Amino acid sequence: MSAPAVTTDGRGAAASRSRRRPAKKRPTKQLLGLAGILAFLLVWELVPRVGIVEARFLPPASEVIAMLFNDFGLTAFWLAVGETMLAWFLGLLMAVVLAVVLGFIIGSSSFLRKITNSTVEFLRPIPSVALIPLAVLLFGVKIESSLMLIVYASFWQVFIQVLYGVADVDNVAMQTAKSYGLGRFARVRYVVFPTALPYLMTGVRLAAAVALILAITAELVIGSPGLGREIALAQSGGAISGMYALVLATGLIGVLINLLMRFIERKTLSWHSSIRSEVIV
Amino acid sequence: MKILKGFAYGLALPVILVLIWWASTLGTTNFFVPTPATLAEAFAETWFGERIVSDVLPSIGRLLIGVVAAIVIGIAAGLLIGSVKWLRDFTEPVLEFFRAIPPPVLIPVLMLLMGITDSMKVVVIISGCIWPVLLNTIEGVRAIDSVLSDSAHTYGIGGWARVRYLVLPSAGPQIMAGVRQCLSIGLILMVISEMFASSSGLGFTIVQFQRSFAIPEMWSGIVVLGLIGVAMSFIFQWTERRILRWYHGLREVENAA
Amino acid sequence: MQPETTPVSTGRTLPEGQAMLSVRGVKKVYHTDGGDIEAVRNLTFDLKAGELACLVGPSGSGKTTLLKCISGLLAPTEGEVLLDGARVTGPPKKMAVVFQEYGRSLFPWMRVRENVELPLKNAGMGKAERDKLVDEALEAVGLDHVPQSYPWQLSGGMQQRVAIARAVAYQPEVLLMDEPFAAVDAQTRADLEDLIRTVWKKLGVTVLFVTHDIDESVYLGQRVIILSSSPTVIQEDLEIDLPDERDQLNTRALPRFTELRHHVYEQIQRAKQGHRPAAATQAGSAS
Repeated sequence: MSAPAVTTDGRGAAASRSRRRPAKKRPTKQLLGLAGILAFLLVWELVPRVGIVEARFLPPASEVIAMLFNDFGLTAFWLAVGETMLAWFLGLLMAVVLAVVLGFIIGSSSFLRKITNSTVEFLRPIPSVALIPLAVLLFGVKIESSLMLIVYASFWQVFIQVLYGVADVDNVAMQTAKSYGLGRFARVRYVVFPTALPYLMTGVRLAAAVALILAITAELVIGSPGLGREIALAQSGGAISGMYALVLATGLIGVLINLLMRFIERKTLSWHSSIRSEVIV
Repeated sequence: MKILKGFAYGLALPVILVLIWWASTLGTTNFFVPTPATLAEAFAETWFGERIVSDVLPSIGRLLIGVVAAIVIGIAAGLLIGSVKWLRDFTEPVLEFFRAIPPPVLIPVLMLLMGITDSMKVVVIISGCIWPVLLNTIEGVRAIDSVLSDSAHTYGIGGWARVRYLVLPSAGPQIMAGVRQCLSIGLILMVISEMFASSSGLGFTIVQFQRSFAIPEMWSGIVVLGLIGVAMSFIFQWTERRILRWYHGLREVENAA
Repeated sequence: MQPETTPVSTGRTLPEGQAMLSVRGVKKVYHTDGGDIEAVRNLTFDLKAGELACLVGPSGSGKTTLLKCISGLLAPTEGEVLLDGARVTGPPKKMAVVFQEYGRSLFPWMRVRENVELPLKNAGMGKAERDKLVDEALEAVGLDHVPQSYPWQLSGGMQQRVAIARAVAYQPEVLLMDEPFAAVDAQTRADLEDLIRTVWKKLGVTVLFVTHDIDESVYLGQRVIILSSSPTVIQEDLEIDLPDERDQLNTRALPRFTELRHHVYEQIQRAKQGHRPAAATQAGSAS
C-alpha cells in the first residue's frame, strides 16, 4: 500500500544520457503556501473592514498581529507562556515516564495484557475534562490541576503505542537473542526497546499535542495560570484584539511543538530503515 | 470454555478494583471519595430522572450534530483539496496552523462572535473537530497508489465512480484515524463549552455539583461522561472494523510476511 | 542460418485502415525540475488485429513510458497513437491494461469477483450479462473457486490472474501488458505465459506484451519488437517463425527457438552498448 510512487521506467537511465537544461528550481509549493497564508490574512483583514463582521467582534488581521508583536515585548506575556509550557512539559514528562514503565511491564507479559485489557479499554475513552471538577476540588487553581488533566490525557496516547510496539517484537529476533544467552534485561535493552522505539516516538508526538490542548483547557476553564487564563481574562475584559493575539500565540506554540516533535522523531529514528506509519488505535 | 476464560480475564481486574475501592472506603468517611453504594445511589437518583431530558440528551444531541457535521464537511472538503494539487499546496500551511490551535480556545472566540447559544456550542464542536478529519482526508487522497489510480483510469472509472470505488476506500484508513481523533475532541469540547458558557447540559451540571460540594453527585456525573466516552469508542470500533475489514486483513497478511 | 536483420528505425507498418493499433512517430520528453529528459525518441509500428507482439528492450529503455502513451495515460510529446483509426487522447474503451504490480493494481477493498466486475458495472452493463462475463473470465484464468476472497489473500500469481480476468471480462480489442510476470516466481510464470497464449487464441484479441525477458518474448510472441536503449527508437522488428502450437518443454527445445533467442539477445547487447540503427541516428541528430 505504501510503496513509493513509480518512477516511470527509463527516466533514471535517460537522465544520465540526455542533455540537461540548467536546473531551474521551481519552489512553487512554498510559494503557493505563502500565497495561501497571505490570502487568508487578506480575507481576515477585509471581513471586518468591509463590515461583514463588526470589528469589535473580529478585529482586522493587521490589528491583531500588531497586538501580538506588542505582546512579544511584555514580560507578563512571556510569564504566561512560561507557565503554560511548564505545565505542558512536566505533564508530558510524567505521562511518558509512567506510560513507558507500565507499557513495557504490561506489554511483555501476555497474562498482564489480557487481564488489563478490559480496564484499559474502559478507562481510555473517558474524556480527561471529566476530571476537571475533581481537579478543582483537590488542587484549586494550582498547576497540579493542569498536571492532573495533562497526565491523564497524554498517558493513554503513549501507553497504547508502547503496548503495540512491545507486541510487535519479532519472534525470531527474540529467539535468536535467547539462544545467544542474552538475559532478560539485555533482551529488553537490545531487542524490545529498539522495536518499540518508533511506536513510542509516535505516542510522544501525539501526546505532546494532546498535552498542549489540556494545558490550555485547564487554564481556560479552571483558571490555573497560563495563556488559557489570559485568553479568558481578555475575553471577559473586552480586550478583543488581545484575545485574538493570544489565540494566534497558542496556534504558533502548537505549530512549534509539532515541528519540534517531528524533528526529534526523525533524529531518534534516523537509524530505522522505514519510519513506520502510525497505527490506528 | 474459551469464552468463559475470556470473560474471566475481562472481569477480574475491574472486580478487584471495585473491591479495593469498597474495602478502603469501608467505615471511613472520606469527603472526596464516596463508597460504591453511595455513588450508585447518587447515580440512580441524579440521572434517572428529568435530567436525562433536560441535560443529558441535549448535550449528546449537540455532540452528535457537531461531530457528524464535522465529519461530513471534513471529508467533502478533504476530497476536493486532496485531489487538486495547487489547492493542496495553497491551503496546507493555513490548515496546519488551524489544526495546531488548541480547540478549546475557540470557545471564547465563538462566544464573542455568536453569543452563548446552542448553535454556538455546535459550531465550537464543528470547528474544533474538523481538522483531524480534513487533514487526514487530504493526506489519504494524496497518497492514493499511482498504479491503482492508473488501473481505474484505464478502465474508464472516473467522476463519482472514481470517488466511490477508488478515492474513498483508499483514503478510508486515514479518514477513520481522523474520525477517531475527531470524536474525542468533540466530547472534550462538548463538556467544556458547557462548563465555560452555559446554564444547562452535562458539563454545567457537573460543575454545579462540584461548586455546591455535592460530591457523590459530582462523581456520578464523571461516570456519565465516562460512559458516553466508552459508548462512543465502542460504536466507533464496531463501525471501523466493518468499514475497514479489508484493511486489517491486508495488514495482517503484510505483517505475517 | 541467421534471421534476416533489417536495421531500420521504424517497425513494420501496414497500409492505412488495416492496423488495429498504430504508433506513429511517438516521442516523449519529461519536463522535470532537473531539466528535460527524453525517454522515447521516435517510435513507429503497427499491430494488425489479432496479433500478439512482444516489446522487449534493455531496462530503462522507456518501455513503460511507451505503454503509458499507448494506453492514453500519458500524452506523447510528439506523434500519435491510433486505435482502430481513431486517435488516442485518453484511456480508450476498447483497451485494457495489465500492470506489473499486481499487488497495487487490484482494489484491496473489493473481493476478487467485485474487482473483475467493477469496470463492467461502471460501463453500465446489466447484471445478468455482467455475471456471465465475470464467470467466464474467472473460469478462463482458473480462478472460479475463489470469487469471494480478497486479492491480498491470494498468492502473487493468483493476483495477476485476477488482473488478467478483469482485463478479459472487459472485452477489449487491444490488451496491453506491462511486464506482467516480472514479479512472480518462475513456475507460476510459465503457467501464466501459457494462460496468455490460451486467452489470446480464444478471444482473438490484439496483445502488446512488454517484457525485459528475452526467452519470454520469443516464446510468447508472433513478433518481437526490440527497443534500443534510451532515448528509445526501434532496434529491430522481428518475425517469430515458430509453430503456432507452443508448449514450455518442446518449443523451448527447438533449435529455431535457440537461434531466435540468441539473435534477440545479441540485438539487446548491441543496444546496451549504444549501437543505434542508422536511420535513427540521423533522425536523432536532425531533431
